[in-house]
Amino acid sequence: MKIVLSPWPWYVAGPMIGLVVPLLLLTVGKPFGISSSFRHLCSLALPGSRLHYLNQHDWRRETWNLLFVGGIAIGAALGAQFHSAEPVLLLPDHYSGLSGIVRLFLGGLLVGFGTRYADGCTSGHSIMGISSLNWPSLVATLSFFAGGLLVIHVVPGLWVVGSAP
Amino acid sequence: MKALSALPIGVFFGIVLVKSEVASWFRIQAMFRFQEAHMYLVMSAAVVVGLISVQIIRRLGIVSLAGPISYENKDFTWGTVIGGAIFGIGWAITGACPGPVYAQVGSGEAMALATFAGVFSGAYLYAWLQPRLPH
Repeated sequence: MKIVLSPWPWYVAGPMIGLVVPLLLLTVGKPFGISSSFRHLCSLALPGSRLHYLNQHDWRRETWNLLFVGGIAIGAALGAQFHSAEPVLLLPDHYSGLSGIVRLFLGGLLVGFGTRYADGCTSGHSIMGISSLNWPSLVATLSFFAGGLLVIHVVPGLWVVGSAP
Repeated sequence: MKALSALPIGVFFGIVLVKSEVASWFRIQAMFRFQEAHMYLVMSAAVVVGLISVQIIRRLGIVSLAGPISYENKDFTWGTVIGGAIFGIGWAITGACPGPVYAQVGSGEAMALATFAGVFSGAYLYAWLQPRLPH
């Protein structure tokens, strides 16, 4: 039980994440990807939108993706509540109150805008794209790290990033 | 409803994201600060399994339970680099890429709702600016 309750090592977790790729391909016949779900959610929430990116897009054909991300939330609830010895802490204490809300919202804004502009995130580009030997996905992955390393190492002390752990 | 099988796969993925702490801000910080190899090893192992399975499925022409598999090759555009870097900045700030955003919300992190609202708004911002952005 100790193995189940403690954090899983990379050699267990990594292959399990990789396994999501063939599971989705062989059942729903779709490539692994998550950031596109936010496009589907926007289309679903704003049916009368005049924006081409949303109204030229039929989220009903991508129901599988919405079920998939809904499943992630359910799985996370199960993992956090029933399979962990200690409470799972996913965000630090300094992201609390109004300042935390503003930082997380602004950071999230960059995640949403950036992943849609890049046409993929860590799942669609870094895992699915590279697994398909699609070279733009490798460029995208290097760009993700360029942005992250820039904000952590080159502009430290930036209010939105907060204090070092 | 072949799409329904995506739900249990998502549940499996959500459990792994929490149990491997890939959905943790602390792990993302440690990754960008080169303090531990955990995230790099998780991602590398995931890519190895993904690569082997995609190549086998594709080369043998295996079809899915829902029929022929739709592969999409993502194109290289300005967005690949500019959008990619913008996402990276947001990833470092929030400690979450899109999958972990759903995992954090699901695990009961109330503050993650702010991240979720941000990502949704960011996707809308892209939809609005898309005709004016270089691609």
